[in-house]
Amino acid sequence: MPEVSFVESLRMTLREEMQKDPLVMLIGEDIGRYGGIFGVTKGLLEEFGPYRVRNTPISESAIIGSALGAAMTGIRTIAEIMYIDFTTCAMDQIVNQVAKIRYMSGGKMKIPLVIRTQCGGGRGNAAQHSQSLEALFFHIPGLKVVMPSTPYDARGLLKASIHDDNPVIFIEHKLLYATKGYVPEEEYIIPLGQAEIKKKGREVTIITFSYMVWKTLRAAQQLEKEGVDVEVVDLRTLYPLDLETILQSVRKTNRALIVHEGCRRNGIGAEIACRIQEEAFDYLDAPVERVAAMDVPIPYSEPLEKAVIPDEEDIIQGVKRVLSRN
Amino acid sequence: MVHSIDPTLHLKMYEQMITIRSFEERAIELFEHNLIRGNIHPCIGQEAVSVGVCSPLRREDYMVNTHRGHGNCIAKGADLKRMMAELLGKSTGYCKGKGGSMHIADFEGGNLGANGIVGAGLPIAVGAGISIQIRGTDQVVACFFGDGAVNQGTFHESLNMAAIWKLPVIFVCENNQYALSTPIREAISVSRISDRALAYGIPGMTIDGNDVIEVYKQMKEAVERARTGKGPTLLDCVTYRFFGHFTGDPGRGITYRSREEMEEWMGRCPIKRFREYLFREKILTEETEKGILAKVKTSIEEAVQFAMESPFPLPEEATQDLFY
Ligand SMILES: Cc1ncc(C[n+]2csc(CCOP(=O)(O)OP(=O)(O)O)c2C)c(N)n1
Ligand SMILES: [Mg+2]
Repeated sequence: MPEVSFVESLRMTLREEMQKDPLVMLIGEDIGRYGGIFGVTKGLLEEFGPYRVRNTPISESAIIGSALGAAMTGIRTIAEIMYIDFTTCAMDQIVNQVAKIRYMSGGKMKIPLVIRTQCGGGRGNAAQHSQSLEALFFHIPGLKVVMPSTPYDARGLLKASIHDDNPVIFIEHKLLYATKGYVPEEEYIIPLGQAEIKKKGREVTIITFSYMVWKTLRAAQQLEKEGVDVEVVDLRTLYPLDLETILQSVRKTNRALIVHEGCRRNGIGAEIACRIQEEAFDYLDAPVERVAAMDVPIPYSEPLEKAVIPDEEDIIQGVKRVLSRN
Repeated sequence: MVHSIDPTLHLKMYEQMITIRSFEERAIELFEHNLIRGNIHPCIGQEAVSVGVCSPLRREDYMVNTHRGHGNCIAKGADLKRMMAELLGKSTGYCKGKGGSMHIADFEGGNLGANGIVGAGLPIAVGAGISIQIRGTDQVVACFFGDGAVNQGTFHESLNMAAIWKLPVIFVCENNQYALSTPIREAISVSRISDRALAYGIPGMTIDGNDVIEVYKQMKEAVERARTGKGPTLLDCVTYRFFGHFTGDPGRGITYRSREEMEEWMGRCPIKRFREYLFREKILTEETEKGILAKVKTSIEEAVQFAMESPFPLPEEATQDLFY
């Protein structure tokens, strides 16, 4: 198959799953005739009809709550929240309901629910349409959190998420939609909880995910020209976290940098840094560092947004900081 | 009826409607030249709602705005220069470039800000109403929201609270009949949004939102009720946006609206209608109109120039303004 865009890869996967299983349903805003604001669900209403492609009013709380109810009663449900910023409108349903039902009921319930949503800055969409809120969900026991970086991974991970009988928050970065990559036509699944080494290297382990993988790979290329050889670990799934792959890499390089677009304070990096020092303290030659967004909302104006969100140069500086310590 | 509004006010309203349209047209142009980032949500076609609603308001009255809010800002008296500068992300903008098109706030002008979260403004309006009640002033709050917002829990929670406490809030639905691609008829099962007022025991009206005089009159009554402690009103102003949902919407929304429908509504252009009325009533002459158009053109161009010449914020300003 030729190169496929991130959007096409997602659409192809949704379509396949809906063709295979008549009890798979989509629900969300503008996902019907319009095909979603990024075009992910284009054509699905026409193919599967309004019972299985539910175009909703603007009611995030009821979208998630009803998706949960459907999932609890046998419908494999994929709910879409247009921007991750709007998941906060449905936070009771996500945090108190979706994440807890199975546990509270003594493990009696399956929740085959995927919440697909979209995150990230870089396009001047300002404070309420640019956030990276994965750490909120990462904090809640009972939710799996998936953040693919390539069309290939998106397909394999979305399949795994749909097949999973637990709630999954599946987060797509808005700058990834137009990116292209190789996607085989045949069926494959990427199990949740498996990181991937996107670039092998010896000197520093960079742990990252989602769109930051691309910035990190570009930074790595630049560093290579300067004679610095880094390893890039793409987490792909934040929870379950593939600590083993992280630790193996750190035991080899003895240095680690975590890169993410979410705010620095209490971000994913804080947890990972802590886990590394708990499990691999004796291997470390330098403190684990983080490159993350500043602890402010995302501003609109270009120079401000650029200052807040980390770029290739920030990653290069981060690597140099980690390398400068003995 | 007609003459219950004085001619000067008529002309001011006409000028405001033209200003809004010209501002939007210019903003779209600047967006197309990559001078504005993200997206803008033009309110072209909905000018009668902005102007009809804001005209009976005083400067100290509050307004809570939406993502499609440039027109409401202008009608509430915002400075075009500072608005345009905000759209261009400049430090002289209303929010020093931090907010952009969707978040213009002008607290001195009573504008409590615009929201990127559909339905989030309604509870804030209720809070401003509570504040007025406690402070004992006769201010009111004009709370704008779209037809899409009426299906958020916040709509119902807010109308109910405002009703039980008789708060001075006028809930103004800018009902352009679409929430992004979703037509209102597929999103609610009552025939009119104003029917919902019944459930909260408050007055509710569905009105022609392209008739600025009609909007003005209904708003004036609602404001009087609010100022005299008689509580909230729901005004459902039926209108139409001529452009797409946002600047990225293909074919101005042709993927979900028929060409016939779009043409029909453009024929009901609120500016054209008001203009015809003003000429018929001899309030407007060719001569005065020329003057108005020239004045608007100058003010828009001055705003653009001001915005273009203004500096961008410095990167280090990113960490400022988070806390007081
Ligand atoms: C909570 C929330 N959900 C979804 C969106 C995405 N969105 C932005 S505007 C819009 C449509 C709003 O329709 P309406 O309220 O009728 O206002 P209009 O755009 O027509 O002026 C949608 C779905 C959002 N901004 N916030
Ligand atoms: Mg609308």
